[in-house]
Amino acid sequence: MTDILQERERQVYRKGKEPFAIDCEKQSVAGSVSQRACVFCGSRVVLYPIADALHVVHGPIGCASYTWDIRGARSSGPQLHRLSFSTDLQEMDVIRGGEKKLFAALCELIDAHQPKAAFVYATCIAGIIGDDVNAICKQASEAKGIPVLPVHSEGFKGTKKDGYRAACEALFQLIGTAPPEGIVPTSINILGDFNLAGEIWMIREYFERMGIQVVACITGDGRVDDIRRAHGAALNLVQCSGSMMHLAKSMKERWGTPFLRVSYFGIEDMAQALYDTARFFKDPEIMRRTQELVRQELDKVMPQIDAYRRQVQGKKAGIYVGGAFKAFSLVRALRLLDMKTVLVGSQTGSREDYEQLRELCDEGTIIVDDSNPLELAGFLQEKEVDLFIGGVKERPIAYKLGVGFCDHNHERKEALAGFAGMVNFAREVHSTVMSPVWQFTARKRKGMAV
Amino acid sequence: MSADVSGTAVTTSVTNTTATLNILQKPAVPPSYVSTRNACKLCAPLGAALVFRGIEGALPFLHGSQGCATYMRRYIISHFREPMDIAASGFSESSAIFGGAENLRRGLENVASRYKPGMIGVATTCLCETIGEDVAAMVREYALLKGQQADTGTAPQLVHVSTPSYSGTHVDGFHAAVRSVVETLVTSQPAPSHHINLFPGLVSAADLRYLKEIADDFDISALVLPDYSETLDGPALDTYEKIPAGGTPIHGIRSTAGARASIEFGRTIRDRDTAAAFLESTFGVHAHRLGLPIGINETDRLFSVLEDIAGRPVPGNHEMDRGRLVDSYVDGHKYVFGKRAIVYGEEDLVVGLAALLAEIGIIPVLCASGGKSGALRQAVAEVAPNLPELSEICDNTDFMSIAERAKLLKPDLLIGNSKGYGIARDLGIPLVRVGFPIHDRIGGQRILHLGYRGAQQLFDRIVNALLEFKQETAEIGYSYM
Repeated sequence: MTDILQERERQVYRKGKEPFAIDCEKQSVAGSVSQRACVFCGSRVVLYPIADALHVVHGPIGCASYTWDIRGARSSGPQLHRLSFSTDLQEMDVIRGGEKKLFAALCELIDAHQPKAAFVYATCIAGIIGDDVNAICKQASEAKGIPVLPVHSEGFKGTKKDGYRAACEALFQLIGTAPPEGIVPTSINILGDFNLAGEIWMIREYFERMGIQVVACITGDGRVDDIRRAHGAALNLVQCSGSMMHLAKSMKERWGTPFLRVSYFGIEDMAQALYDTARFFKDPEIMRRTQELVRQELDKVMPQIDAYRRQVQGKKAGIYVGGAFKAFSLVRALRLLDMKTVLVGSQTGSREDYEQLRELCDEGTIIVDDSNPLELAGFLQEKEVDLFIGGVKERPIAYKLGVGFCDHNHERKEALAGFAGMVNFAREVHSTVMSPVWQFTARKRKGMAV
Repeated sequence: MSADVSGTAVTTSVTNTTATLNILQKPAVPPSYVSTRNACKLCAPLGAALVFRGIEGALPFLHGSQGCATYMRRYIISHFREPMDIAASGFSESSAIFGGAENLRRGLENVASRYKPGMIGVATTCLCETIGEDVAAMVREYALLKGQQADTGTAPQLVHVSTPSYSGTHVDGFHAAVRSVVETLVTSQPAPSHHINLFPGLVSAADLRYLKEIADDFDISALVLPDYSETLDGPALDTYEKIPAGGTPIHGIRSTAGARASIEFGRTIRDRDTAAAFLESTFGVHAHRLGLPIGINETDRLFSVLEDIAGRPVPGNHEMDRGRLVDSYVDGHKYVFGKRAIVYGEEDLVVGLAALLAEIGIIPVLCASGGKSGALRQAVAEVAPNLPELSEICDNTDFMSIAERAKLLKPDLLIGNSKGYGIARDLGIPLVRVGFPIHDRIGGQRILHLGYRGAQQLFDRIVNALLEFKQETAEIGYSYM
């Protein structure tokens, strides 16, 4: 039986046990070896893909080192986002304050790289030593004539979700600062896709084929000038709602921009996103084009997906991801491959998210919030999982136990969104589940798996 | 060029100058940046976490924000491709204001109950250091509370090390943790345990296994600290080991004062307060402080020390390894002679690589590190005294500074970790991957750097990288080189 800390027992739910109850959205238990990162991580992942902005991490070196060029968020132009800049605070800076160093760093980096804007991430130490990051940003902005935006992402000030919020607040400061000229009524912003492996290019092309103008991608392949006029779009499409809902709500309040929650993972959710968008614009021509697009794409991908499905069907899957919304799509995508999800969890899901997951999943499925290696290893074994889906930190747990794995996190270099992405996903599932290497692992030799 | 005929290594310290022993300052000093751009270093607690992972039954624990532990786990996992559990006390806003003692206590409690560790290694972070937490006292109090004295009982042994990331790099955190472990666990009446203490520094899992093999072949029983050769490079299993088997035995660490001698690798840490220095000054355990044994010359120095300690000549199989290595140097010398390389990474790794390059006729035109011990120039000069051309030595530098120098220096190859790939790609030259982290290839933990066999592998890889480049860029695709 999986051993779970007493303090965490209420963060694990097994479907079938009534009434439904799960604790979530709380600080990780000390010493639990949570898979979560921190506030800074939340801000950094959201803003990272803005390719023509300067991203300066204000603090000692660690935070910048560990986030240098680790994501597959692609840019069609500038690559400035892939560089890592830090004020690299030293002992004397901690004693005397880092404001002067930050200002000097901003000046030299803005001069050297001519960015369209700069984001300044205040990390734990910047907060603790009381640097007035807002004032320095204002000063640098005035000196250099570009927006310099503070991102209050001190690691201890909450969870990753608070980091998302800080990022949204920085973005919100940019929006509405450029005239929305040349934007047609059938226009959207894409929120919450980060262009991993070029996914947003695929999604954008779908919308363009439907006759819809994409104003700003926030933040995948993002550009400062596009974000500045994002308020001119007629609709916000929000994927990864955990990170972007705050911005969507702020924009609705300030600019009246309505929003729809969507997902581009799996063909069902992808088609749903396109149809929901078409329906929003109430234009029969757009709807006709959408139907045609979906049909064309399905004709292309379904034979390939079917071929994989026939081989992987019946396998059991576990999911542990950052945001719960992605988990919904993954459960559905796995179902399309006739695979059963027996374990699903997230770092930052809300009660509503978990309730929705319960509705989606089969009896007996384990639903878990803010889990850790010991629990996850226990669940994988208890449920005899054949395929685990997660990120870098989950991978070795699966592999060590002889369980297949599929990376669905920010580091990945494979496009998994859109119709074509579903084929890639199926191929990846197939390539791990069907690999002959498992014959040598202890789990297989003991005959635990199918 | 004509003015610089002294053949002396030159220091160009890029940002905050610490190494000022330079004899010549090159006129074209790279622009001095206030910021660090693509850091060539990691933060101190990461080094400590690696050390704790290499001790039998130990679990690394960070006192600070949750993110620190998670980021380091991800970074280490991506190199070793192994589980790496690091616990954290997980500061909240109130712990940052009122202190994290309660978080630390609860964290230790939870870790002890779930992982049942023999030891918990508590490393500090910049956060708890900045708010002035007395973590050493907290750890002591916790141990007292548990009714535990230092070396009795079954509750976990606690070791604390101070590793603020605003001071030093992961290398400093690594050596500080090794010293703390020894200082905390050592007893003045050691039980007979082993002949020598071996403190290898940050090397690969394959290096650690090979070092133990060498000692065995000399019939020397060596305590290698840390030893993550199994804990970070273990077999496939059917259960998740809470704390993987392997690691330096704690009872051995307790007996380090009784060893005949300590051997410590690292020319740039030589004058520092390391574990070997502590054992020497406190218990009179003679400390042999050598460079990382990379290349024939540096390895000969190690084998000579081992011969003295063991009182026997180099075992035949190692003589044979050395012989083969010399033979291959001869076979390959023309392919490498006069080539220009940039080496980067931890200072001691850079020194070792410079030693290897110098003895095979490759010019290390730039030796670069994010470390700032102040000893890099001197150490390179010691191992490579006859560099035929002016070499630049840059400490406290970063990858963008290296890239800027690389454009001017026009090297034939790069030798270092994965983080230099972008530079190699821009210059269109090969990168020979060594050290940590290797994030863009599999098997970083199995790269052998040390000893005759490590030199053999490095030499073969360097020659083949140059041959491959020549072959790929030649007009005619010869299959016979």
